[in-house]
Amino acid sequence: MEGHPATISTAPPRAGLRLPGVGAGLGRGLVGLYLSLIVLLPLAAVLDESLSGGLGAFWDSVSGAQSVAALKLTVISSLIVVAINAFFGTIIAWVLVRDELPGKGAVNALIDLPFALPTIVAGLTLLTLYGAESPIGLDIAFTRVAIVVALCFVTLPFVTRAVQPLLMEMDREMEDAATSLGAGGFTVFRRIIFPNLLPGILAGVLLAFARALGEYGSLILISGNIPFKTEVSSVFIRSQIESGDVSGAAAVSVVLLAISLALLVAVSLFARRGARK
Amino acid sequence: MTAKWGLRGLAFGYLGLLLLAPVAMIFYKTFEHGLGPPVDAMTSPDALHAIWLTLLMVAVAVPLNTVFGVGCALLLVRHRWSGNAVIDGIINLPFAISPIVIGLSLYLLYGTGGWFGPTLSEWGVKVLFSTPGMILASIFVSLPFVVRETVPVLQEIGTEQEQAASTLGASAWQTFWRVTLPAIRWGVAYGVVLTTARVLGEFGAVTIVSGSISGQTETLPLFVARAFENFDEQGAYAGAIVLALLALTTLLLMSVGGRKAKASGGSTPVGPGEVAISMSSAKEVS
Amino acid sequence: MGIAVEGARKRFGDFQALDDVSIDVPDGSLTALLGPSGSGKSTLLRAIAGLEALDAGQVAINGRDATATPAQKREVGFVFQHYAAFKHMTVFGNVAFGLKIRKWAKPQIGDRVHELLRLVQLDGLAERYPDQLSGGQRQRMALARALAVEPQVLLLDEPFGALDAKVRKDLRTWLRRLHDEMHVTTIFVTHDQEEAMDVAEQLVVMNEGRVEQSGSADDLYDHPANEFVMSFVGEVNRLGEHFVRPHDMTVLLDPDEGSEQAMVQRIVALGFEVRVEFVLADGTEVWAQVTRAELQKLELREGQIVHLRAGQRKSFSVAA
Repeated sequence: MEGHPATISTAPPRAGLRLPGVGAGLGRGLVGLYLSLIVLLPLAAVLDESLSGGLGAFWDSVSGAQSVAALKLTVISSLIVVAINAFFGTIIAWVLVRDELPGKGAVNALIDLPFALPTIVAGLTLLTLYGAESPIGLDIAFTRVAIVVALCFVTLPFVTRAVQPLLMEMDREMEDAATSLGAGGFTVFRRIIFPNLLPGILAGVLLAFARALGEYGSLILISGNIPFKTEVSSVFIRSQIESGDVSGAAAVSVVLLAISLALLVAVSLFARRGARK
Repeated sequence: MTAKWGLRGLAFGYLGLLLLAPVAMIFYKTFEHGLGPPVDAMTSPDALHAIWLTLLMVAVAVPLNTVFGVGCALLLVRHRWSGNAVIDGIINLPFAISPIVIGLSLYLLYGTGGWFGPTLSEWGVKVLFSTPGMILASIFVSLPFVVRETVPVLQEIGTEQEQAASTLGASAWQTFWRVTLPAIRWGVAYGVVLTTARVLGEFGAVTIVSGSISGQTETLPLFVARAFENFDEQGAYAGAIVLALLALTTLLLMSVGGRKAKASGGSTPVGPGEVAISMSSAKEVS
Repeated sequence: MGIAVEGARKRFGDFQALDDVSIDVPDGSLTALLGPSGSGKSTLLRAIAGLEALDAGQVAINGRDATATPAQKREVGFVFQHYAAFKHMTVFGNVAFGLKIRKWAKPQIGDRVHELLRLVQLDGLAERYPDQLSGGQRQRMALARALAVEPQVLLLDEPFGALDAKVRKDLRTWLRRLHDEMHVTTIFVTHDQEEAMDVAEQLVVMNEGRVEQSGSADDLYDHPANEFVMSFVGEVNRLGEHFVRPHDMTVLLDPDEGSEQAMVQRIVALGFEVRVEFVLADGTEVWAQVTRAELQKLELREGQIVHLRAGQRKSFSVAA
């Protein structure tokens, strides 16, 4: 696209744009400083604190009954939620891309609501409709169902947004070819469309899972935070901080962090492979 | 075509039950007894302070992350370096970390036992349970947005305009200000909208860092939580409505901004939940 | 004066783009850098502009060593293949850019911009945006923009490459006339030998990062330094060690001194010229360019045996 010489070179020219006012080296230094101050040092502090009593204390904190219960609840709920949203998210993406409806633009914008709405408000809105004062008599407050519902709310957009661009880019001619060869609607979906959407669905699922693992604000009002029953890991970590067991809190945090980071790496590997195609 | 209606039913049913009905419900609950109670609730001293503090978070965190975001994007896109992938990875971290953990990390770093805590308190600087800590938390959680939105736009406009400006005598700063920035402004604007929304809504991290001292270190989300826990339903709902209205404004801006960005020749901007092709993979592609 | 490049070298990773390149461009002349893709011509142009830094060698502009001067200060006008228009500025804004940087006063800027727009025949379009212009108009705007600041040198990187054939021909003529009026030292890069020969006073033929030959169009055509130049600037038949231009092949019905036997394989009429393809006794395929009149006079048919005599043969000693 750039009128650049000899096809092989991909290095940008030295002239043209240096960082305004600073060179690349200084720029990197400043970026590094900002990132260290804002992100890296705080995280290092967590790691440091988690190991402050040695690996033994780390393990004790993580393997305590309440901690394990919280982690189990968090992981299982998140798995259920991403499965639900993989299903509905794909359907919603399909309707938004392939269906012709008035007001599609508004619905499309609405999908981003969980991103724009503060989590505490999300929890509150779900509570008013599905809690103690529910006008339709559906009270799921303080139950594990409430956790699933709230997590569905906050992770709704991920799969939809990952699938939409794939659907839009998809070559319709593939489907036409399959139909001309005798494949019915569902077969076309199963064998042609779905495999092409799978990378998006998986990427959305991974991101949604990472998000659900750490979710806090939407859960504290609606779940009741009952230890061993409706207490997720983030709430558990908070209670550990409040009761003074900061190292324990840090230890569980490290576990959560490790899982999330693994997911992030998986997603970026995906993106790389997708881009190579 | 029953399939079509079936799909529509599933899609809209799900969206209705999960998104629309609850939001509609809270509007109803808030204004159930007229405008009076919510307005009163929002004009109480605690509420006003919470609003003010929330806006302060935005006023500090958003410009800082914008300057950082544009500068970092320029660095990543215009200067090839093996470490760029690492920078990119760190920038994406806030998406993977629970807000509670973020709060904890600041609590540890600036607390009495932390690496910075004692030194700073010797100098009389109070970070935790005070505004600076909350600002740091806001910056942490909203860090990635401007960078992620600016990078693809920068890649798309290419370097030729900048080279042309250089041959016409413009210095690096003049080139940036007159040529680059105008070309990327919609991407940056979209990133600013996302950053603002994130800062407005931040809850978990700020809870830990602020100690939630009402009237002093409460942002509006914290106010809503505490009001609800103290059975002040009107206060909670009123605060929630203010935040919800801000959220809807954000959605509107995102939708408009996205269209403007597409119109000015780019592709649709990277949404907050999308897999942004990181710098490293983009490098391999080109 | 003019431009002098001495011993330029530039490497991109494993690829040697410029390999000890030296050229001389006289002041006020119009020179073409001609060569295939990857020959280094664009790299050389950009090095002269300061948009690439050389690994070794020197660039002198109007007698002064500019090797260490940044692009911003070299006072070269540069025109890009894809225009590099400032999309968010009007045509006026684009052309005025260099003047604004130099802090000219508004009225002076207005006068100069309109003067240039008249020169490039874009007056009346000053308030349009680049995406409202055709490709040819955008390139003329880019030219006006580069000329606005009165550069010492004008550099054009495949300026007509992105345009339609007809527009290309028109702009070619127009560029030559512009140069006649303005006499700015101009260098342009192209891979199209017809374009180079049509427009430029001096041609520099490059290949694989080296200068093969430089001279006028006639020099290169009649006295090519090697096989590459000969085949790049015109069509060529290879007869063993010798190279013959198709229009230097004479077709005879009867054998003559120095002629060879050949069989007519194919006759293709291309407008005024006719291309006749032959195969020689040893299997070599050659072709001759004849006029329609000659074709009719000879009454050539496919399969016919005739005799070819090469007029001007060239041979090049194998470089050590």
